[in-house]
Amino acid sequence: MADLTVKIGQLTLKNPVLTASGTFGYGLEYADFFDLSEIGGIVVKGTTLHPREGNAYPRMAETPAGMLNAVGLQNKGVDYFVSHIYPAIKEINTCMIVNVSGSTIDDYVACAARINDLEKIPAIELNISCPNVKQGGMAFGTDCASAAAVVKAVRQVYNKTLIVKLSPNVTDITKIAQAVETEGADAVSLINTLLGMAVNTETRKPVLSTITGGLSGACIKPVALRMVYQTAKAVKIPVIGMGGISCAKDAIEFIIAGATAIQIGTYNFIDPTISVKVAEGINEYLERHGFSSVQELTASLQV
Amino acid sequence: MKYLADWIVVENTPLNVRYCLLRLRLNQELPEMQPGQFVQAKIENSPSTFLRRPISIHYVHRDKREIGLLVQIVGNGTQKLASLTVGEKLNLIYPIGKGFSIPKPDKTKQTLLLIGGGVGIAPLLFLGQTLKQQGFIPEFLLGARTRNDLLCLDDFAAVGAVYITTEDGSIGEKGFVSNHSVLSNTKADFIYTCGPKPMMMAVARYAKRHNIPCEVSLENTMACGIGACLCCVEKTVDGNTCVCTEGPVFNINELLWQI
Repeated sequence: MADLTVKIGQLTLKNPVLTASGTFGYGLEYADFFDLSEIGGIVVKGTTLHPREGNAYPRMAETPAGMLNAVGLQNKGVDYFVSHIYPAIKEINTCMIVNVSGSTIDDYVACAARINDLEKIPAIELNISCPNVKQGGMAFGTDCASAAAVVKAVRQVYNKTLIVKLSPNVTDITKIAQAVETEGADAVSLINTLLGMAVNTETRKPVLSTITGGLSGACIKPVALRMVYQTAKAVKIPVIGMGGISCAKDAIEFIIAGATAIQIGTYNFIDPTISVKVAEGINEYLERHGFSSVQELTASLQV
Repeated sequence: MKYLADWIVVENTPLNVRYCLLRLRLNQELPEMQPGQFVQAKIENSPSTFLRRPISIHYVHRDKREIGLLVQIVGNGTQKLASLTVGEKLNLIYPIGKGFSIPKPDKTKQTLLLIGGGVGIAPLLFLGQTLKQQGFIPEFLLGARTRNDLLCLDDFAAVGAVYITTEDGSIGEKGFVSNHSVLSNTKADFIYTCGPKPMMMAVARYAKRHNIPCEVSLENTMACGIGACLCCVEKTVDGNTCVCTEGPVFNINELLWQI
């Protein structure tokens, strides 16, 4: 057995496989299928200071090798999370990370401060990249100054591991990564969904109620991989790679390209046990190639 | 409790060009399944199909460890299901969702009307069979475009009385289920319905006007099927609600339909 542990800020993950926010609920939705403690961590559904109803139905359009979504951060707010969900998930024996989103810097700060108090939540993933909300979200993540401002403000109130989730809908993702690194982010995770669209040709109407939505799934993997590669070279903090990972080989590509850990998103919908299979597959690969630890594999691309 | 397992195809019967009936067997004891629940079927070897396909449970043969899935061939994913051959595996997440409610045992004298259209008839067979086993007398009102689109009539007739409408009048009364004379001749005590949304809304409108309790089974577009992605939501009195976990069956009083 190779050493699969990886370090992200103050965290030590038992293996480099996490599940991506918005694709794994609060973890409990998948507890019937496998032992959640076998994966490195779970990034739970995006949480905001106030409850959000999300966007109108329809929110989803299947595409070849992927899907568009326009959920719009539906959640019951951080108070509900603290009172109702946290008690139910705090005993899950893996790193439970909360994805935090907001419409204003004050919202991000207030939400992060609440979660800072939760003993069994060792990290947050700051979502400055949701493409499906009118205010905030991606607007913070597509501009270096505003990305830096929100991270700086949250860093004042949040003293555990701070991961910042980046948007691919930018000209140069490495500049945003460097901006949040400067303000004290412990790691960056990328990519969030790519802005996309689908049209119903029979009705000539958009398929999604919001017209545009976020593209995820296998089809985005090459773009995600390229951005992870570029970002890992541009920053010193760990990069958590995601985007279309559907098997262990995909995950290994991200690690070789520079990712310290990876997240599995949309493919959880097709195979609810994929994350544990990927963790096992990474170990098999490391043993087969004579690596004693996964950390040796990170950024080992031979160019 | 939800499960994830490979089932074996023991029969795949084409019913017509648009429908097939899959009979699947599990090599272990079946868990409890309620009428109205569904499965998420994994589609293999279809490059244009990414997600699983939600399919209603059509019947359960517990002693044989078998279930039936009535599949409407809509696109490449369901076409792949239609082309499965005997002995092949089909990976399912099962059973999913909350099913139809069964009346209390002292209500067996009630008139229970099960109204279905198109592939929406699928869960009503399982519901009718379950009701009959528990001493109720279910009646079916089934609608389709034409005679050829009416499926599994013998199976329904074996469970209870069957009333029929077709849009072209090729069998039964001509028109839509909501215009069938049985609705004006008898007052049901409970209505269950599944089918195209306009049909279900017409049935719900009728039920509401006549003060008949009514449950509908929704088929909102879905990704995960297990309450993780929040894509399949329906607006209810509780806000945006996942059809996959809180439905697919809802009482019409929970919905915000303008009827």
